[in-house]
Amino acid sequence: MDFETFHREESGRILSTLIRLLGDFDLAEEMLQEAYAVALQKWPTEGTPANPRAWLISTARHKAIDRLRRNQRFERKAEEIAKTTELAARPESDQDQEMLADDRLRLIFTCCHPSLPMEARVALTLRTVCGITTEEISRAFLVPLATMAQRLVRAKGKIREAGIPYRVPSNGELQDRLDGVLLVVYLIFNEGYLASSGDALIRRELCAEAIRLGRVLCSLLPNQAEAQALLGLMLLHDSRRDARVSAGGELILLEEQNRSLWHQEQIQEGTELVQSALRRGAASVYALQASIAALHANAKTAKETDWPQIAGLYDVLLRTHASPVVEVNRAVAVAMAHTVEEGLALLEELEKREELGEFHLLPAARADLLRRLGRTSEAADAYRRALTLATNDIERRFLRRRLAEIESQRGAQR
Amino acid sequence: MQFLLMIYRSETELAKMSSADLSAMYGEYGKFTEEITNSGNYIGGNPLKPTSTATTVRVRDSKRVVTDGPFAETKEQLGGYYLIEASDLDQAISIAARIPGARHGSIEVRPIMPRTQAVQA
Repeated sequence: MDFETFHREESGRILSTLIRLLGDFDLAEEMLQEAYAVALQKWPTEGTPANPRAWLISTARHKAIDRLRRNQRFERKAEEIAKTTELAARPESDQDQEMLADDRLRLIFTCCHPSLPMEARVALTLRTVCGITTEEISRAFLVPLATMAQRLVRAKGKIREAGIPYRVPSNGELQDRLDGVLLVVYLIFNEGYLASSGDALIRRELCAEAIRLGRVLCSLLPNQAEAQALLGLMLLHDSRRDARVSAGGELILLEEQNRSLWHQEQIQEGTELVQSALRRGAASVYALQASIAALHANAKTAKETDWPQIAGLYDVLLRTHASPVVEVNRAVAVAMAHTVEEGLALLEELEKREELGEFHLLPAARADLLRRLGRTSEAADAYRRALTLATNDIERRFLRRRLAEIESQRGAQR
Repeated sequence: MQFLLMIYRSETELAKMSSADLSAMYGEYGKFTEEITNSGNYIGGNPLKPTSTATTVRVRDSKRVVTDGPFAETKEQLGGYYLIEASDLDQAISIAARIPGARHGSIEVRPIMPRTQAVQA
């Protein structure tokens, strides 16, 4: 393994152990950087140690002891002295596998603590657990670098000052807290999957990191059905990554995607995860969405999709997790499962609701059903209405293309 | 570390409670206080009289300005507090969640700043 890959794969793990040993995020990060600097000097000439991870942890730990001792000469703080004494006294072999695995979980739960603001949880998890640079995170979330750096500093400050512990929650709290962790992972994935602008490479990386986090959670907490459901959902969505946007950056709808570009091994793994999660009683929003994604992913063509079952799953989602997106998707599924007119009637009902007045997906979905019915003039009006509401560039380009297609059809008919 | 648990509740809602419900609530508070005393977490705590009894004092340009009422009008008002000792924020949160008022109002959990740190700050 080259140094770069090692750094990427291992940094999160090593850092999580150092934070436990040193009890301080910043000190752990700094000491790890110093240990890496020593490694870059020594490894090429002296050879890579048999256990590079243990070597780095041990080197960083010694550097920390030196640092704390040096500081004490200037300002003898009782707290620091106690910390150094404790650190120096702790046996070096404090690194058995179980402890190390727990360190990663501790770090994830600490970074996703509910007393941190949500955007800080997302940023801190990406920075600390995934090892993504502050600059990359700021680009992914379209936030100025200084703002993102400040967000991370504040989050680490709150962990230290508010007494946020570095541990895996007890069994009684685990379920609640795990829900919060899954939400952070889901948000990271969605940012990569749905983001409208920004660097495509970084967005793809966010999806990959979210899936990696999902795998870590599933392997460290093997009995958590909802974690499995979320991993399944992410894999199923991600399996379509090469088919959903054209080379020119145009959005391609599910029914028009080239299904041979879907990643079959991911579909298979995702489907198995969802089935296993459902058998274990998963019923979260992730499990329901993943079931829908699995039905789409396993259909040979758009026509052969099990639309009645998808419509049924949206019914359940509507009862448990109602949202405008769910309402619209359910109407579209009904149109596909039963008749287009039936779906259209549902959408027209929704349009009467004031709170959905500005929701661009509603006229966009209505336009599509009208187009299918050959009601081109009404369809064109609905596309125009959707265009006045949509803000996402990729979506706007898609709507404009559809509108142009319809207008040229109408021109030909005349 | 020490934490202050501040109990916020709607005074309008409290005023509507029957005397039987009120005494049941005081009973629950008594039981809770006893529990956290026995577990060694309790340092202190008190209920407060309603905000209608509050006075706000400010000193501006060495002049004392005294006004009636609380500093800010809010939906929920500070109605009491506990000062506790807890190992970390998670323990403080689980103690706060057991305060009877948490079921109707909200509890703000704030770490106490140690004196050495206060001097540095």
